[in-house]
Amino acid sequence: MTTAPERPVLDEARHAAVPPRTVLPVTEPTAPPPVRRTGLGRATAEERVARAGAWVAGFALAWLLTQRVLPLPSVGWLLVLWFVLGMGLVAVTTALVGDRNEVADQLVRSAVTVGALVVGAALVSVMVFTLAKGWRPLLHLNFLTDDMAGIGPRDAFDRGGILHAVAGSLIQLGIAIAITVPLGIGTAVFMTEVGGRFATVVRTVVEAMTALPSIVAGLFVYTVMVVALGYPRSGLAAGLAIAVMMLPIIARASDVVLRVVPSGLREAGLALGASRWRVVWHVVLPTARPGLATALILGVARGVGETSPVLLTSGAAPFLTLDPTSGFMNSLPLYVFSTVRSGEPQAIARGFAAASVLLVLVLVLFVTARLLARGPLSKRS
Amino acid sequence: MTTVPTQHDEVEALPRAISRRPTGADRVFVHGFRAIGATVLVVTGSIGLFLAWQAVPTLRHYGLSFFTEEAWAPEQGTVGIAGILVGTVSVAGVALVIAFPLALLTALFISEYAPHSVRATLVSLVDLMAAVPSIVYGLWGALLVQPYAAEIARWLHGTLGWIPLFDVPSADPDAAVWDQTRYIASAFCAAIAVAMMVLPMSCAVMRQVFSQTPQAEKEAALALGATRWGMVRTVVLPFGRGGIVGGTMLGLGRALGETIAVYLIISPAFDIKPHVLEVGTNTVAALIAARFGDASAAQLSALLAAGFALFLITLAVNTLAAIIVNRSRSGQGTDA
Repeated sequence: MTTAPERPVLDEARHAAVPPRTVLPVTEPTAPPPVRRTGLGRATAEERVARAGAWVAGFALAWLLTQRVLPLPSVGWLLVLWFVLGMGLVAVTTALVGDRNEVADQLVRSAVTVGALVVGAALVSVMVFTLAKGWRPLLHLNFLTDDMAGIGPRDAFDRGGILHAVAGSLIQLGIAIAITVPLGIGTAVFMTEVGGRFATVVRTVVEAMTALPSIVAGLFVYTVMVVALGYPRSGLAAGLAIAVMMLPIIARASDVVLRVVPSGLREAGLALGASRWRVVWHVVLPTARPGLATALILGVARGVGETSPVLLTSGAAPFLTLDPTSGFMNSLPLYVFSTVRSGEPQAIARGFAAASVLLVLVLVLFVTARLLARGPLSKRS
Repeated sequence: MTTVPTQHDEVEALPRAISRRPTGADRVFVHGFRAIGATVLVVTGSIGLFLAWQAVPTLRHYGLSFFTEEAWAPEQGTVGIAGILVGTVSVAGVALVIAFPLALLTALFISEYAPHSVRATLVSLVDLMAAVPSIVYGLWGALLVQPYAAEIARWLHGTLGWIPLFDVPSADPDAAVWDQTRYIASAFCAAIAVAMMVLPMSCAVMRQVFSQTPQAEKEAALALGATRWGMVRTVVLPFGRGGIVGGTMLGLGRALGETIAVYLIISPAFDIKPHVLEVGTNTVAALIAARFGDASAAQLSALLAAGFALFLITLAVNTLAAIIVNRSRSGQGTDA
């Protein structure tokens, strides 16, 4: 590190004998002019300009090299060279004023920022790509209010829709939620509030089962219900498969949330004479409410988007089925999967539109989770 | 006026009986929730036992060759998971190679470099990324990324083809008209889509651990004159080592079990293939998705055995991850 420049100091010895009064700091006339303290962790204007300049220069150089000098006209090479040259120029500009440590600091800062930008760009491209491929069927209202009964893969977009898939998804999800939420949260309450050796066993098994791949959960339900019991593929089976997949996830996430409830709150409730159930119901669960909501909704978002258990257990009906026990029932991920694999451009566009609807559904669930997590009264955690 | 109790008082000062035995409602509560816990234990535990039990006839029939045979051809009586296990591991491995640096950089960016005002938003975005359905990533990988991935694969083949891993024996990288079909539908292409699912998971774990780094130690490093990278290197990364390893392994567990995205992208092949860039691979999950429909009872048992093997692998990976996170310093809460 460079040594700090001499700072103007208060000459205390000179005023030591004077009776107490307000003293103005006296600066030495020969002292170097005061330098402004650099803000901690904030780049100075000079640093910012140097950094931005390096990246602009890097882009210009990369453009020159790829488009004019070297035969590498693709955008990919432009971006790669931009990154490499930008990093190099950042290193050079920093080396002009700083030492090795500062060069490393700036390089890492650039790499970290670029890495995060790449991830963000990938996420944006996923969303934009899905919407761009599937926006045309979405312009027709019947896409959301009609089913695909009697509609061929080449029919125009003003006929047919995905009502059956949306309804199927919601029904299957409803079944899964009805099973997993009481059981999952109940298990979490058992593991945190009751405890004991048996709870440790339950926790171990539940944590182990979060490793169950979703396709294996689907295969389990398929083997038991469809093959062994001879029950037809149906919405109920699909709901059960999703539930089997979601149950360990929700139980574990709720367990984590409940464990961080301060035990002082519990003890206060018990000390006031409340029964343990009342403490759980009126103290523990309300305290953990935002976290529980987040855990649940993220589990649900996972469940609604998972294709593989549904693929094995529900069968794909082209018509609206509202009774989960009466045979084949479609769902959004399954509909997307089957249309995209059909190879027909019209059908693929429908598939992407359904994927967009699925994405919006997940987004809505997600935003709800965020809003609930924030809560109307509680502070943001 | 206060009265001083005398020994002649009628009231006897008996100590209150203290009992830890739950009374009425509490006993109902404990037993009720113990019943729920037992139900969940039975449900989830029975799945594991069921899978193991279903795998027995397959293992008895094929013996150890089930793990060493490459081909999955139940029609000809040869069934083995060596090929698909290698495929599963190679897809997950390549996915990790792509996802790990990006996850680490993103986690560092969110916890150390991003302005404070946008950190909460970035955290939400990463969580959102984890919630995007896998089929959407599958479509993205299959239809948008695949052509570019093929170009990268060809470039890697041309430049690093002398390394067996990057070799594509069935294609010539310097051909005037290059054969794209040899470079698509490969483990590499599938791994890009899988990496998108692994990334937010690992990133979330890493970021969480980084954010638990004791503030005092970070400030101490800065006060000693460290640059920000110096602080990250000497404080944040050592503290978060457990989280980095654990998060990566959790992501690995997810990558091993990923079905739909892989199934959409790959073209199935049943041989042990060290060339990740070449067309054709298979994973256990994709195999189950492809073969369950027309499976006879024996084949279903073989699929269940393969699923059980996959489950055991992910279980081992997840358990190891949990142990690493808990053992390391970053697993503990920090006081002060």
